Amino acid sequence: MKHILGPSALALMMTSGMAVAAGHGTCPGGEGSGAPITLAMQLEPPTLDPTSAAAQAIDSVVYSNIFEGLTRFMGDGSIVPGLAESWEISDDGTVYAFKLQGGVTFHDGTTMDAEDVKFSLDRARAEDSTNAQKALFAGITDVRVIDPVTVQVTLDGPNGNFLFNLAWGDAVIVAPESIDGIANNPVGTGAFKFVEWKQGDSVSITRNDAYWGNAACIEGATFKFISDPTAAFAAVMAGDVDVFSGFPAPENLPQFEADPRFQVLVGSTEGETILSTNNKMPPFDDVRVRQAVAHAIDRQAIIDGAMFGYGTPIGTHFAPHNPAYVDLTGQSNYDPDKARALLAEAGVAPGTQFKMTLPPPSYARRGGEIIAAQLRAVGLDPQIENVEWAQWLEGTFRGKDFGLTIVSHTEPMDIGIYARPDYYFQYDNPDLQALMDDLNKTTDPDARTEMLQTAQKIIADDYVNGYLFQLAALSVAKAEIVGLWTNAPTAANDLTSVYWNN
Amino acid sequence: MLVKYPRRRLADFACKIRIWTSGRAGPNLALMLRYALKRFASLIVSLIIASAVIFVVTEVAPGDPAAFMLGINAQEDTLAALRAELGLDQPKLQRYFSWVGGMLAGDFGTSYTYRTPVAEVIADRLQVSLPLALYALALSTLIAFPAGLFAAARRGRAGDLAVMGATQLGVAVPNFWFAMMAVLVFAINLRWFGAGGFAGWDAGFAAGMKSLTLPAISLALPQAAILTRVMRSALLDTLGEDYIRTARAKGLSRRQALWRHALRNALIPVLTIIGLQFSFLLAGAIIIEQVFFLPGLGRLVFQAISARDLIVVESVVMLLVFAVIVVNFVVDLAYAAVDPRLRSRI
Repeated sequence: MKHILGPSALALMMTSGMAVAAGHGTCPGGEGSGAPITLAMQLEPPTLDPTSAAAQAIDSVVYSNIFEGLTRFMGDGSIVPGLAESWEISDDGTVYAFKLQGGVTFHDGTTMDAEDVKFSLDRARAEDSTNAQKALFAGITDVRVIDPVTVQVTLDGPNGNFLFNLAWGDAVIVAPESIDGIANNPVGTGAFKFVEWKQGDSVSITRNDAYWGNAACIEGATFKFISDPTAAFAAVMAGDVDVFSGFPAPENLPQFEADPRFQVLVGSTEGETILSTNNKMPPFDDVRVRQAVAHAIDRQAIIDGAMFGYGTPIGTHFAPHNPAYVDLTGQSNYDPDKARALLAEAGVAPGTQFKMTLPPPSYARRGGEIIAAQLRAVGLDPQIENVEWAQWLEGTFRGKDFGLTIVSHTEPMDIGIYARPDYYFQYDNPDLQALMDDLNKTTDPDARTEMLQTAQKIIADDYVNGYLFQLAALSVAKAEIVGLWTNAPTAANDLTSVYWNN
Repeated sequence: MLVKYPRRRLADFACKIRIWTSGRAGPNLALMLRYALKRFASLIVSLIIASAVIFVVTEVAPGDPAAFMLGINAQEDTLAALRAELGLDQPKLQRYFSWVGGMLAGDFGTSYTYRTPVAEVIADRLQVSLPLALYALALSTLIAFPAGLFAAARRGRAGDLAVMGATQLGVAVPNFWFAMMAVLVFAINLRWFGAGGFAGWDAGFAAGMKSLTLPAISLALPQAAILTRVMRSALLDTLGEDYIRTARAKGLSRRQALWRHALRNALIPVLTIIGLQFSFLLAGAIIIEQVFFLPGLGRLVFQAISARDLIVVESVVMLLVFAVIVVNFVVDLAYAAVDPRLRSRI
């Protein structure tokens, strides 16, 4: 028997809130409620092609606005059908037959059909693919066009994450006709069409009136790139921008909160901010030392000092807003005496030095100073080294030349990285690897939840890394704007249901 | 003070030569040409050395452009594919020569991140940076010339002290701080200007200039302060020269001597400073561009360095070096125009 999975069955991956896909694109009337908006963000996308670079800034502009995938994230983190209207999964979980939305065209007027889906998936998994998340497509063995609106995807084994993977920005559907210019002239199927990219300054998009779904309310939008926190503050205060997504200066947020002209949106992200620990490097190859570090850290002091109070403490590598989350913060509570005792037991001499690399974001630079002070209080002596991202990737991430480092892992549902022994923190536990292997093959929601919870406990028991806090999504907008995502289940500024409530 | 009249001794020396060569009627043009050719040769040598240094320094910096673009989940085969696509898998020496060869043919290569020709990227940014630098330079000169003349004419009196005090302040206040204050007052409170950004020349000349006004003022004030001080002391120096005494003895008033004789002779150090300032304004506006989020050259380099867009970094730095060297070349020629004695100092 084959079963048909509608949106509701997708709750196996994510929370509630399904079947709202049809709800977007409403314009609740009122004079000027569809006026264009100017949205600012800190980083400029390097290209506008979400399928060949990792930069989140790309998805922040194009995801769901310009490009769409077979499935998509909603603001609450749920996964709903996108260009795929529905799908059937074979009993063994290895064959997916996607029924596509009919009458969909790309912005250049060409038809979106099964051939485009095959092209997109084959391109992403090809040998010479430059897709930054190529692993998402690793299990695909065959993509076959059945008819113009039906695509059959065969996997090498069941994959409980497959529909979730297809919702990523890296899995959007592109067309062979427009692929060559995609980096600077993105042509997708979304509710907005690309207009212009003034490099270094802004990207503008306009409403796609030929959209297959419910058309967007606002006429268009301009994304502006303002990297300096002081300039960000000035631009919002002066009214130059209507929304600042990912506001870089949390210390200014109370001022906006107190001002009736603005609203402050505080939500959650998928970013587990962790004190990554080199599990292969002495003294951190000893679990007692890692446990000591965990007890030496006062999470709330870091959240208050580095993030001005924004952030949720975590005790394991999992997002607190996920129903499968287990609160394990008590297991690594702030207890400097215990930390000192554990260090003594492990034979770590007071004043032991090691390298702590800090990438540019303020959670790392500010948080790193605070953590260094807390570690010094228990007798460790971290040597702080501030690095740029390119250096961090080369030295810390690839070269594994570090003792500790701070980074926010923003990929959704990424606990699977603990099953990769060559990953930069070098945690090698066959039990967890076997568990993750089973998890990938499991589609039963309850069984998956149980396995995810076991995995969270295993890594917390092994004190693999220091677990700090879940990064908050902080945005400021003019008070009249409605429909922005508060949470950031993936990097996106979905404008399809945004309007002015004048 | 920044500059100690680098040409002074040479000028004295040249003066002696001039006495020696005086009487010859036509050699001025030939000498001027020889002088220009010699300067030009040194320009070419400087450019060659600069290109090698820039390439080596940029390539030595740790960080792989492909790894930066593909992030932490990139697989080895994906990285290799991207490196091949960007041409990063070729030997360094070969990349150096193809870069230099390309530049000679007017092709700066393709940006790793933007995937557009570097020449286009730079041309876009110059539309902001060049007018901004010229605007700031014009403002700084317009302030400094009258202020310097005024202070020199009133040496030691209240007016002089006031100007000197103001310039002291202008040199001391960091331009980004001034910029932030200007945004606070003129953008947030008075709403006369936007808080930043560039309207684009498509929006009209006035709109473009308006969005460059606060940045240009912020850039110009410290430069004007420096230039005023140079102007004043250069004028005071020339006022002490024998020929001024002669002019005064012939019956010119102090002011007449200042305007007719001292001003022109004081221009050499002032031109030097203006040349240096222009190069600085073109390349050194990074912080001001950040504060006003202007899509200028400085911000481009800043972004390109953190993204390891090596080809953009190399090309922009090379272009800036080229600009500095050319400006110096032009300034050298301008010396010769202002001070005929210099033409013969070969």
